[in-house]
Amino acid sequence: MAEVATRAIGAPVRRIEGRAKVTGAARYAVEHDPGEVAYGWIVQAQVARGKITDIDDAEARSQPGVLHVLWHGNAPRLEEVSDAELAVFQEPRVAYRGQIVAAVVADNPEAAREAARLVRVKVHEEPHDVGLRADHPHLYKPDKVNPSFPSDTDKGDVDAALARAEVTIDHTYSTPAYHNNAMEPHATLARWDGDRLTVYDSNQGAAAHRAPLAKAFGLEPEQVRVLAEHVGGGFGSKGTPRPQMIVAAMLARISGRAVKLPVTRQQMFAFTGYRTPTIQRMRLGATGDGRITAIEHRVFEQTSQIREFAEQAATPTRVMYATDNLRTSHRLVRLDVPTPSWMRAPGECPGMYALESAIDELALAVGIDPIELRIRNDADAEPDSGKPFSSRNLVACLREGADRFGWADRDPRQRQRDGRWFIGSGVAASTYPAYQRDAEATARVQPDGSFRVGIAAADIGTGARTALTQIAADTLGVPVERVRVDIGDSALPRAGVAGGSMGTSSWGAAVAKACEALLAEMERGGSEAHADTKAEIEAKKDLARHAFGAQFAEVRVDGETGEIRVSRLLGVFAAGRIVNPVTARSQFIGGMTMGMGMALFEESVMDRRYGDYLNHDLAQYHVPANADVADIEVAWIEEDDPELNRIGTKGIGEIGIVGTAAAIANAVHHATGLRFRALPIHLDGLVGAGT
Amino acid sequence: MVDPQRAAITLAINGAEQHLEVDTRATLLDVLRERLDLIGAKKGCDHGQCGSCTVLIDGRRAKSCLALAVALDGSSITTVEGLADGDELHPLQAAFIDHDAFQCGYCTPGQICSAIGMLEEARAEGAELTPEAIRERMSGNICRCGAYPNIVAAIAEVAE
Repeated sequence: MAEVATRAIGAPVRRIEGRAKVTGAARYAVEHDPGEVAYGWIVQAQVARGKITDIDDAEARSQPGVLHVLWHGNAPRLEEVSDAELAVFQEPRVAYRGQIVAAVVADNPEAAREAARLVRVKVHEEPHDVGLRADHPHLYKPDKVNPSFPSDTDKGDVDAALARAEVTIDHTYSTPAYHNNAMEPHATLARWDGDRLTVYDSNQGAAAHRAPLAKAFGLEPEQVRVLAEHVGGGFGSKGTPRPQMIVAAMLARISGRAVKLPVTRQQMFAFTGYRTPTIQRMRLGATGDGRITAIEHRVFEQTSQIREFAEQAATPTRVMYATDNLRTSHRLVRLDVPTPSWMRAPGECPGMYALESAIDELALAVGIDPIELRIRNDADAEPDSGKPFSSRNLVACLREGADRFGWADRDPRQRQRDGRWFIGSGVAASTYPAYQRDAEATARVQPDGSFRVGIAAADIGTGARTALTQIAADTLGVPVERVRVDIGDSALPRAGVAGGSMGTSSWGAAVAKACEALLAEMERGGSEAHADTKAEIEAKKDLARHAFGAQFAEVRVDGETGEIRVSRLLGVFAAGRIVNPVTARSQFIGGMTMGMGMALFEESVMDRRYGDYLNHDLAQYHVPANADVADIEVAWIEEDDPELNRIGTKGIGEIGIVGTAAAIANAVHHATGLRFRALPIHLDGLVGAGT
Repeated sequence: MVDPQRAAITLAINGAEQHLEVDTRATLLDVLRERLDLIGAKKGCDHGQCGSCTVLIDGRRAKSCLALAVALDGSSITTVEGLADGDELHPLQAAFIDHDAFQCGYCTPGQICSAIGMLEEARAEGAELTPEAIRERMSGNICRCGAYPNIVAAIAEVAE
């Protein structure tokens, strides 16, 4: 790789699309104006399990403005659908409450909504089971966990080591279902021009959405175009296609109109994905001076009747602490529930809540400071695989964080008071893998000397467009103003989804390579170049590549009411090179804020009687509001790791949420002496903590 | 015969008078977005729970998803599209960019309109806008990306 002078990389460049976003000019999916348009509205199943016997759509169809009502009795057959969640209207079975069973298309949104209310769905209801239990009789071992990790691992002799251990910890931690709840609900605008299909869709990867859409309708990929220039957040839930995209395309075909199909906030709780609830049993063995001799992490989770999704919650335990005896496992049960899916740091996020809570409990049991305990058990090779790390700066993050947070002044005694408030602080580690996926990009020089780069990347609020522009500008040796990066269009060169915190690493490497190729091409008189990173990724060494971090929380707990306030959060991360300090800081803060929600507010409550997530709106599913966030500080350790990718990045989108909940729960324990092993921490468990 | 589902109304939107025949079930939000192509007001929940649709109605911040257009005949509406003076951004718009007070941008027009209304409320009350006061007064506008500290910094700068 040529030596590149960095001017834009590392500079606090403001978001390229900032002006469009603050003026309202940025158009999101169904805000595009395709000319004459019709409006779709979705009808959902009102039972958790059963078979539709009939649908009476007569009254709905008789409403003024209604064009069609679509359901399994009259819908077109889909060709090839690998994700059963996308096989809408193909059969009368109902696999979960809220599944899409019919849809209306009308001249205006009011008529569509009213008609949807009038569709009568007759269902033969069957008994359902929506309760996850660690002793469920139908638990099974999945072949692999997301995306392709082994379900179980077993190194050394965990049972013998636990039996010999001077100190043991054996606790079960649980997390509820969480919903991603991006601000822009999933939405699709679909339009057919003959046998060509164009969709404006709110998603995390235009290319990844094109292939399944084309297959479903029996089209060649070239006949389908997916556009997602601006996306109002995703957090994983828009990483895979959602059924409204298929419904919108069906409604557009049958009505001959462009169709806008926005999903409502309430509907999002059923068919747009969520984080599975988890039950996690952690067993630790250690010597009296706090050296870990055994770790066992057993995870129990749910999936749906129609598709398997296995969250890899035990995988961070394979990465974190040195031990000769290490066993992890995942067990799933198929319930009559919607299919869980990706939500910010699937696996690491719930898994590290359990591990880092247990580590805190171990620190107390052996009487060693929790930072010192983590340093004492730091690993110099990946504990499960034995692979060397490309770089690992967990200890540096812990030390830097301790300095910034003032950890040395912390009194380890619990229940320190400030009037009616108990005050406590806690720490937890973070980790997230540094992935890279192959991608392609084009770069060309324009007649006016400016540059244009194209890649089917996505900016869902991450700052990807800006980071890629910085990378291109530095590679080309020009100011960012001279470069335009086009993203969010499946017609652009192939790129993977915005997921796995690998956008900058994957897309950035392709952009840099294309720009390098363009410079060479320009010397030969050319003006355009194309690059593919597949070969260089296949040539990478077999190393363990992960980002690490340390999170610190200070909480105040009202001894009378149990109210918890997070007065301070600090995150210190070692995530390779930071391309843009402004947008990176925002991403870390955003992840930590969502982690605070996980710890204290967020919880999708399953109504076992009706099989529904009860609190399916933002008035009842509480995400952090402005007043919840007092003081968040973020810092990072600069890493120069040549074994990552051309850019030297590890990814920052997800690690911010990993560890926050454990740090807060550990702080609540320090404040009150009460240990909460089930999230979120409810006030009722703290009421009267002062007495 | 008069169609009970239609009504003629007049709205002054971003300074321009608009004569509209609206469905009596239509919200102001849907009229702005679907009839007038003013897509700056966002639909995040359609139930007044997230604040993404916040606009100014007769100078006061309001959630346009909870307002029926037919009930607003004669009102003056300001949306995010009406804030800049030509190429010159409203100070809050500029401050939001400078402080990176958004990520995905979907809540942003509502945050900005809400902040304008909030600053006017505080001015009328003579209230001091500490960061804590800004956080409290802006808690009707949800940001899932978690840009709150930057939103508070942007508003505080303009409030000074």
